[in-house]
This record gives sequence, C-alpha cells and structure tokens, in this order.
Amino acid sequence: MLESRATIGPYWDEPLPDDEHLARQVEHGREEHLMLDARPPAELNQLTLARMRQTGPRFWIALAGLGALTLAFFIAWAIQIVSGLGITGLNRSVMWGPYIANLIYFIGIGHAGTFISAALRLMRMDFRRPIARAAETITLFGLACAALFPIIHVGRIWKLFYMLPIPNQRDLWPNFRSALFWDMMAITTYLIGSTLFMYVALIPDLAMARDHMTGWRRKLYSALSLGWRGTEGEWHRLEVVSNLLSFVIIPVMFSVHTGVSWNLSMAIQPGWHSAIFGPFFVVGALYSGVAAVILVMIIVRKTMRFGYFMREEHFNAMGIFLLILTLTWIYFYFAEWITNWYGNLPLEKAVQAMLTGPLAPLFYLMLFCNIVVPLGTLWSRRVRTSLPAMLVIGILIQVGMYIERVLIVSGSLSRNELPFNWVNYTPHWPEVTVTLGTLAFLGLLYMVYTRFVPIIPVWEVYEGQAMQGSRRVGRAVMSTRTEVH
Amino acid sequence: MAEEQSNGHKWTMIVDADKCTGCQACVVACHAENNVPVSSEDEVIRGRAMHWMRIERYWEGEYPNVKARFLPVFCQQCGNAPCEPVCPVYASYHSTEENINIQVYNRCVGTRYCGNNCPYRVRIFNFWAPRFDAPLEQQLNPDVTVRSPGVMEKCTFCIQRIRRGREQANIEGRPLEDGEIIPACAQACPTDALVFGDKWDENSRVAQMVPSERQFKLLENLGTEPAVYYLKGGETHVGE
Repeated sequence: MLESRATIGPYWDEPLPDDEHLARQVEHGREEHLMLDARPPAELNQLTLARMRQTGPRFWIALAGLGALTLAFFIAWAIQIVSGLGITGLNRSVMWGPYIANLIYFIGIGHAGTFISAALRLMRMDFRRPIARAAETITLFGLACAALFPIIHVGRIWKLFYMLPIPNQRDLWPNFRSALFWDMMAITTYLIGSTLFMYVALIPDLAMARDHMTGWRRKLYSALSLGWRGTEGEWHRLEVVSNLLSFVIIPVMFSVHTGVSWNLSMAIQPGWHSAIFGPFFVVGALYSGVAAVILVMIIVRKTMRFGYFMREEHFNAMGIFLLILTLTWIYFYFAEWITNWYGNLPLEKAVQAMLTGPLAPLFYLMLFCNIVVPLGTLWSRRVRTSLPAMLVIGILIQVGMYIERVLIVSGSLSRNELPFNWVNYTPHWPEVTVTLGTLAFLGLLYMVYTRFVPIIPVWEVYEGQAMQGSRRVGRAVMSTRTEVH
Repeated sequence: MAEEQSNGHKWTMIVDADKCTGCQACVVACHAENNVPVSSEDEVIRGRAMHWMRIERYWEGEYPNVKARFLPVFCQQCGNAPCEPVCPVYASYHSTEENINIQVYNRCVGTRYCGNNCPYRVRIFNFWAPRFDAPLEQQLNPDVTVRSPGVMEKCTFCIQRIRRGREQANIEGRPLEDGEIIPACAQACPTDALVFGDKWDENSRVAQMVPSERQFKLLENLGTEPAVYYLKGGETHVGE
C-alpha cells in the first residue's frame, strides 16, 4: 500500500524516525554536516548578528596591536616618500625587492577567496556555503593591500598617474606593451569584479541585518541593501547575477596572477624568463591563498564562536583542497627547477647557486614549509580536522610562499649577465616595517569588517539546508539534495 | 622601433679594450659632464655606485699569475633595447633622430622595470636626492638636468653635445663633420680607446673601424643590437 512520504512542516523541524537505529544515523548526520543540521533561519540570523555586535576586551587589544603596526607602516611609508628609496636595502642590481614580493604575496592570498566561492558555487559544492564570505573578504582586502605595493614601490609616487590612461592634451598614453600596465589593468578588473561579486551575495544579509537593527546601523544597512525585500524576482535575479559573475571572475582571477608573473617572466633576467611562470604563479597563489582562507576560518571560528557554521567537514574539505594544491605546486616548482638545472646554462646555474649558496637557509626553510610539512601531514584526516595543526600548517605555508616570492624576485636579480654587477641584497628596516605593517593592516581591515557585515552568508546556509532532505533506503538513511537551479 | 637609415645619424661608440688601461678618466669626465652625483663609500658598498660609465675589472688566474681585464661599460644604446617596451610610461624610448635610447627624466615614475630588464645593468636609479659636495656644486653643467630622486638615468652619449654640434652645423649651413662631436668620456680618454661617430657616415672613423677582426658586441647573443662595439684581440692585458 502506498503512503505519502511528503511531510508538511518546516524543513528545520523534521522529526527523528521512530526506529532507534535510523534515528541514530540521522543524529550522526546532523552532527557531522551543517547542511543536515537545519535550524530555523531566525535562529541563524540572531546567532550571526549577535556575534557581529560583540566586541570583548580581547577584540580591542588585538585592534590596538594591529592598529599600532598599521600606524608604523604608514609612518615608514611617509619617511620613505620624503627621504627617497635610499633608506631601503635595494641596490643597482636588485632594484625590485620585498615590495614586489609583497605585491605577489598579497595578491596570492587574495586569490583563493573568490576562486573558492565562484568555482565551488558553479560546481555546486555545499561546503562553500558557510565559508564563502570569509574567503571573499580576504580577496577584497588582500587585493587592496596588494594594490598599495606598486605605489609604495615606485620612486616618484606623485607622478604615478602617468601610468593611467588619462586623456591629455599632449596625447601621451601609457605604454600598452609594458607588462606592468597589463598587470595594473588585471588587478583593477579583479578588484572591481570581486568587490561586485561579494557585494551581490551580501545584499540579502544586509537586508536581514537592516530588519533586525536600530539606530545608525539600520540606516547604514538600509542604504547598503539597496531596498532588498526578498521577492521571488529579486532572488531569481540574484541567482542569475551570482552565476554570471562566477563565470566572469574565474578567468579574471587567472589573468591577475598570470599578469603578476609576467612582470617577471617578460623580462630577460635569468631566473625570471620562463614560460612556466604564468601557471606556476597561479598555482602558487591558490596554494598560499587556500592556506590563508583556512587560517581565517580558524580565527573567525574561534574568536566569533562560529562552531556551528564551520565544522570538521569544512576543514577537512579545505585540507584536501590544500593537499591537491601542494602536489600541484611541487610539480610546477620541480618542473621549473629541473629545466634550469638540466639545461646547465651559466646564468641559470648562477641563480641556482645563489639560492643554494648565500640564500640556502631561506631556500631550505621554504622547501620545508612548502613541501615537507604539508605533504607529510595533510594526508591524515586527523590533521586536517585539527584546528591547531591546521593553524601551524597554514602559517608555515604563508612563510614558505612568502620566502619563495622573495627568492624569485630578489634572489634572481642578484645574479645577472655581467658578474661585475652581482650584488647581494639584505632588507633594511623600511621593507620589514612595511611588510609586517601591511599584514597587520590586512588583519585590521578584516577585524573591523567582521563587525560591520555578517561574515557568514546566512541566506546561503539556509538555502542549502532547505534543499537537503533525507530518505530511507532499506536500513539506511541517505541524505538527498534538491537542485533548484 | 626599427631604425631607418633615411633620417638622422647612427651614433656609435667604439671601445678598444686593448687600449684601455683602466685609468677611469672617462668615469670622472662623465660625472663632471653629466652632473652625476658622487656616491659615498657606504653607498658603493651597498651596491649603489652611481656611474653612467664604469670600468668593470675582472681578474683572471690565481695569485701570483693574475691578469686584470678592463671593460668600460655604459649604456649600449641598443637598437633593439629591452628597456624600452617594459616602461609603462614611455620614459625609456627610442629617438628617431639620434637613433639612441633616450630616458625622459620628467616622465619617469621610477618603477625600475627598465633597470631589471637591462642585461648590462647600466641604468642607474636615484635612490637619494642628488648631493654634490663643495666645490663640486660650482661646476654643474648647465646643459644637463640635475635629476630628481626616484628617477632612472643612464648614459646619453652626451646628447647635449650632439645637439649643440648639430645646431652649430645648422647655423653654419654645413653637414656635421666626423669628430666634431665627442662625448666627455672619449674626450678624456688618454689612450684614445674610445672613438665616437656616426656609423651611417661611411667616411667616419667609426664606420671604418667597425668591420675590424677584433670587433665584438657585449652580450651579442641577446640580440639587443648595441651601438657600442668593443675591440679586443690577442693577449693584451695589464700586469704582464
């Protein structure tokens, strides 16, 4: 006899099956998976908004610390503008130093956010739902910090507008053949694109915040949510725009780091002039970027107590992604190194001798951080789901990838065609201050941001939860998923 | 930017390395002529010696059988210059009149990309505001800009002398004569190791010397087509 399986009632209030065995399975699923552990949207809203408005003493201490470092950064920058780049350690051969490495690094950590969000969205991966915005935010601020570095780097910051294609009476245009110009265009496009991408997905949450807040926050969110009411037409358009932007942003993302790498590889400097640099840098960026997203997830989960949203399954999934990227990165690095090594050309050999000679401590530290540690640990689920372990691995990958960029930029430059001009490079205080200060600045922006917008895309979470169901097959309960796209 | 013979001159320098004694008179002359600041000892140790022209000294062999090799290196005024396409603001561009590589100081924003892409490393960045210790500030050349901090600069083949020579010839209504224009370095060279002239003028000294058996170009394999030719032959060196 047929009986209707359809139950009428809210999706978050599905009763447990009467059978004890099945009930245990359902409960286990709810513990493991956010998507199965549905709660009423109102509860999730309250949870997110409450955390957003919380600022304990530790928040203010961290804010003050990061603020002080940020201040030091801006002071160092001001001193550098006034007194000239002479205060840095750069020299006649190593004209690009950590400032360019920082540009690559910060674009790199900003890389993964939008990629995770856009690519996983298109692939319908549910584990992206609670972490998408935390990842997109790091893209936004990572790019903003990266965009500072060409400005910090140039000799005459007050003439920087020459690089922009501004119509002028002398018909002077920037040089469209310059890789720096391509890079500038790519970064600008990506910054605008990823800001839009993030903002579009933010609108329903801003409207939600508007409906629950009073005072100045209500005014702020009213303006920012652009009059969102949540009609069916609005949701439909949001879906269309998000999918479109996802498709658009992925190629732009590739173009950005390819552009950055071409700054180096278009030059005939030995150690730079390599066709592999485009894809190699994209992979490197994703590698450090995914590690950065994991770090941010850990910090956000811990400090804002979002254990409900960010669970073991998310860290596990991100850990697997990181492991894949580790392997890809190793493959590219190996391919680049062995080609130069086997070719045995004097200049490439000189660069490699530089890396394994005077720079050997940095070089082997980089290999340890980027290869030994992730490859040795990430295969284990226990490591991937352990937050302290992932914190350490994430930080090590940041260190390793940062060193890798410095080695490529400054290490290569210190060896060139005429041995008379071989000069080694040591950073001076401005480079150190500016680098640490920018990291602090990124943290500061992120901290402040989490107190102004819901860092969890709540609507995406309950959209995912609403599409989940369970179905009994024999003695097992299977989770099912509805495609509404 | 292809160089066409129909217009202008192909200014060319010949460096006879066999004649060079490494005396550095050219380096000093260049500093004086082009208002190049004198770097302090500290700056030189930090690898920031500001010379538009430098004598690269290479040692060969082990003590006591050491031979010194001198190589005067300055901007090679490449016909196919790697520094030109990379500049985002056209501060480094190719002149169609002199057929040399020009650096426009007031256009330069100081990205230093040209410096990285120059295989000869002859582009100099102004890390500091220029400073001339007394009495050097009394002898600055009024024909040459004193460059502001944050811009790249390099050898110009003494373009102020080229311009002046050409204008003088124009006033007098005659073509330029070979040897009329001499850059400061060539003028100062006591052994006549530096010869300057227009390679497209078939009768010039330079044009006669270029086909020499001893001739080579620095880093010729890179295809930069330098306008500087080096002469080197036999086993001539200092300290024998």
